[in-house]
Amino acid sequence: MSDTFVQLSDVTLMYGKSVAVPDLDLSIREGELICLLGPSGCGKTTTMRAIAGLLDPASGSIHIDGRDVTRVPANKRGIGLVFQSYALFPHLNAFENVAFGLRLQKLPEAEIRERTEAGLATVGLTGYDKRKPAEMSGGQQQRLALARSLVMKPKVLLLDEPLSNLDARLRLEMRTELQRVQKETGVTMVFVTHDQAEALALADRIVLMKEGKIEQLGTPADLYARPETAFAAEFMGFENIFRVEGTKAVTDSGALELGFAPASPLLAWRPDGVSVGSGPHQGRVLATSFAGAHREYVLDTALGPVKADAAIELPEVAIGETLSFDLPEATARPLSA
Amino acid sequence: MNTSSRLLANWVILGLTLTFLIGPFLIIILAGASDTSYLAFPPEGLTLKWYLKVFTVESFRASFLLSMALAVFGTLAALLLGVPAAYALNRYALPGAETIRTIVAAPIIVPGIIVGLALLRYLVVPTGVTVTLALFMAHTALVLPYAVRVVSSSMHNLRADMEEAAVLLGCSRLQAFTKVVLPNIRGGVLAAFILGFVTSFNQVPVSLFLSGPGVRTLPIDMLAYMEITFDPSVAALSALLAFMSLAIVFVAERLLGFSRYV
Repeated sequence: MSDTFVQLSDVTLMYGKSVAVPDLDLSIREGELICLLGPSGCGKTTTMRAIAGLLDPASGSIHIDGRDVTRVPANKRGIGLVFQSYALFPHLNAFENVAFGLRLQKLPEAEIRERTEAGLATVGLTGYDKRKPAEMSGGQQQRLALARSLVMKPKVLLLDEPLSNLDARLRLEMRTELQRVQKETGVTMVFVTHDQAEALALADRIVLMKEGKIEQLGTPADLYARPETAFAAEFMGFENIFRVEGTKAVTDSGALELGFAPASPLLAWRPDGVSVGSGPHQGRVLATSFAGAHREYVLDTALGPVKADAAIELPEVAIGETLSFDLPEATARPLSA
Repeated sequence: MNTSSRLLANWVILGLTLTFLIGPFLIIILAGASDTSYLAFPPEGLTLKWYLKVFTVESFRASFLLSMALAVFGTLAALLLGVPAAYALNRYALPGAETIRTIVAAPIIVPGIIVGLALLRYLVVPTGVTVTLALFMAHTALVLPYAVRVVSSSMHNLRADMEEAAVLLGCSRLQAFTKVVLPNIRGGVLAAFILGFVTSFNQVPVSLFLSGPGVRTLPIDMLAYMEITFDPSVAALSALLAFMSLAIVFVAERLLGFSRYV
């Protein structure tokens, strides 16, 4: 592939004697924002640390910009990393935090000043030069950490759950901020998160990881609409996943006639894919909650609990009463086992 | 007990505590100013001549210099060993880290008399090292536990990812240590230095065994002086030393909030 910028080939990563990531192949394109998504312990942070050079692969190779960097130490790779904890230097003010890497390069003072001020401006921290990290808010610290990495003009910028320590409002603001910075600088970004909404909102492509392996790789739209496995479907909000036997949906608690014969061993429906109010099946309402544009129901059915969203126009059905529903073929997502 | 009597009890306890802490100090100051040729309290007449005489006693001057040199260089040596030790104990999951901590702390747990005797019997006598070198080694060892402990506690909150951040910005591991770790534990290192200095300077039991002709630390010299002369100059000297310690701690507290570290 000609546009591959970062290439991990057959990379195996170990923590002590246990394999965290076995034989990983991953290529990242220049200028894209790629998200490593998965639950904790899936190997996403480990993979990121290997790209940064903080963890040596037990086998395999890593190429960045056409150069084999597998044995290049972290301080010579030209890669930026924004840590989850920000890892700012508490004894230095904002200006010196950003200038830290430039000073190591022994650049002329005028250039250091110019680039540092430009870096602070990029993240909207002009005028905060003299503040110590402890005197800044969480969002400002986050921006400062971003600026400190960006001024180095890294080939790749890695971000380790950078938004997880922020409150909900700031998180949305920083998401937009990150996208803007990426558009402006064109830097290749690898973003690690366990939050699928964040990944869907930010990424050009998502790498969904499970137990050290890539479960599925694709654009957010791809992953959202067409998850291929039960794990991916669950992560993307398909909350009803059933086994298929002939024309029946089956769980450990029972079976339900679907009225069609699926070709896949598993079928999944989002709550909004289950039709409510009419249909061949009956379910007793276990729980109901108002969610603005729709009403969420949990139904006790022959298959066990089924989650369904009902249009807000439909009259509310109380807990304990019965509601008819259908699992339509049109909204079913076939999954491999 | 009602509130006012409980308050009274608190004040009494506070008063007694302060009396026991500060009382002896006041007695020493006044005893050193007694216009008598022997140590007397309450003082009979007031004079500064004993305070002045301290500076003219030749052996005091020599032993003061020795004690100063031991305190400064012994503590520096202890920090040179202790800071890397504290770093390693904090950063790496070393096998037997707890055992290492215990061994490092041993010199403050084992009574000084035993340490002194052991050093004399098994270091000075068989190897023939000079008493001065033995003293230096002993004081370094005695101060080491404080260096490791105090520096450890100031390193405790320092996250490893700060060093990784420095490395990714271009630092070597050593540069990450000098540019990021050291500036952030500076307070702890200074606190350890002061604590070590005072510990070494006031050390008696170990130094007692490690004395030779013309080689005595100040506290030992004062003991020796008192065996022959019983004039108030020893009290005057004690008072001066106490003031010196107070001044050091005061300055340290002002400069870096010393009490945070000990």
